[in-house]
Amino acid sequence: MRRKDLLGIRELTVEEIETILDTAEAFREVSRRNIKKVPTLRGRTVINLFFESSTRTRTSFEIAAKRLSADTINISVATSSINKGETLIDTARNLEAMVPDAIVIRHPSSGVPHQLARICRNTSVINAGDGAHEHPTQALLDALTIREHKRTIRGLEVAIIGDIAHSRVARSNLHLLTKLGANVRVAGPRTLLPPEIGRLAESRPGKIVVTSFVEEAIEAADVILLLRVQLEREASAHFPSLREYASFYGLNAKRLQLARKDVIVIHPGPVNRGIEVASDVIDGPYSLVYEQVTNGVAVRMAVLYLLMGGNKLDAVKEVHEATHQERAGSRPVTTTTDAS
Amino acid sequence: MDFVFKFQLMDAAGINRALSRIASEIVERNCGSRDLMIIGIRRRGVPLAERIVKKIEELEGIRPSLGTLDITLYRDDLSTVDVKPVVHGTHIPDPVEQKTVILVDDVLYTGRTVRAALDELMDFGRPKKVQLAVLVDRGHRELPIHADYVGEKIATKQTEIVKVMLEGYDETEQVIVVEQKER
Repeated sequence: MRRKDLLGIRELTVEEIETILDTAEAFREVSRRNIKKVPTLRGRTVINLFFESSTRTRTSFEIAAKRLSADTINISVATSSINKGETLIDTARNLEAMVPDAIVIRHPSSGVPHQLARICRNTSVINAGDGAHEHPTQALLDALTIREHKRTIRGLEVAIIGDIAHSRVARSNLHLLTKLGANVRVAGPRTLLPPEIGRLAESRPGKIVVTSFVEEAIEAADVILLLRVQLEREASAHFPSLREYASFYGLNAKRLQLARKDVIVIHPGPVNRGIEVASDVIDGPYSLVYEQVTNGVAVRMAVLYLLMGGNKLDAVKEVHEATHQERAGSRPVTTTTDAS
Repeated sequence: MDFVFKFQLMDAAGINRALSRIASEIVERNCGSRDLMIIGIRRRGVPLAERIVKKIEELEGIRPSLGTLDITLYRDDLSTVDVKPVVHGTHIPDPVEQKTVILVDDVLYTGRTVRAALDELMDFGRPKKVQLAVLVDRGHRELPIHADYVGEKIATKQTEIVKVMLEGYDETEQVIVVEQKER
């Protein structure tokens, strides 16, 4: 894979997706060893820059980096100078001057990782979720979990249920699943279903069907992907009440029977029990939520391994030259200030 | 890159004879096949290790355990390569404690692969002994490493490449020496 950044699934080729998944499969074994560490990324530095709360993703990235022997630093907004009014561009330039090898970023605004990737020319930028845009490593770990149980993704019928409009998990999964040839049915309250979402799969082997009847989506499905009702993002303003959501769209044991007998249920977490899914389903035999978390570490190890390459001496030299130019008074080359 | 064929070092029968001899040497030196673990280094070391295990079983009636080592994550040149090599995964079937581990590879050259393999193996525990078996030793060591069991030892030029071709991986089973064409 020849790529500096992982910003989304949309721009990945099928071969790249498969390389990441195959590599992740090999990395699973490292986490089962007595000594859960390999020296592969020794001397590399990974910065976790999280502008939004997260347990799974941040911990998962940190564990992945540590099992590859990289050094990790966590910056959460509460303890950073962002509170003092520093702009994202300034924060990025300052972080890059410390020559990290990768920055993992989560941000409530779509497109922030892309901007960061343009500013940091020598640092790999990994999108850990940006607004309602993409969450690529989540889709990759979902795919790894699906592949493990169904052998292949091609030809599967996948139901994605919930707030499609605001979900970066849904968007990344729609890209990945249709690229690899699965057919996806999306279902949810009509207010949270962008009608044009099906166009996202144009000229892809897999197709997208949109329905507001959850039963229609679940019928004979191989995989059910549940989305979290994002209570913190006024998603609940789009339907009358949580109780109504649970009774019309929640996955319960009765609805689950409509699916194929060997159906698997996945959920990106954190789970709202009793809202998008009943407790007996999420704790039941079809649910793979903990396997997803385990696979998350393997996928992130694979992504870090595949992205962090090249000779770092050149990068140090470039940063030096850039700071020299600034001191000499000449304007440094600004890559993006996109005020427009 | 283009290569010029130089000569054939071993044919299929030669490979088979060399592996038979290596298998009996392993058994002789370790007084039987108890507590033996044969670990093949990916890729060509893996089929060679499988064959050695089969031969030891024929000789002794006890089948030593068989493992696979992928040393990619322990390579010392990862920071200099742009496109990352594919990782295939490691499989060590039992605890290595109290075991005599025989590492198996096709060609011993700089010794860097074996260094990586030793480091990875030690992360799984503390084997009683580690020995090295190779089909071809071609010289040019860059590290203080030597093989305990050698199929064939030859002097080579650094521009030459020793190609081990095995049934199931390549069309004909043989070991040949080729040289990079001068441009």
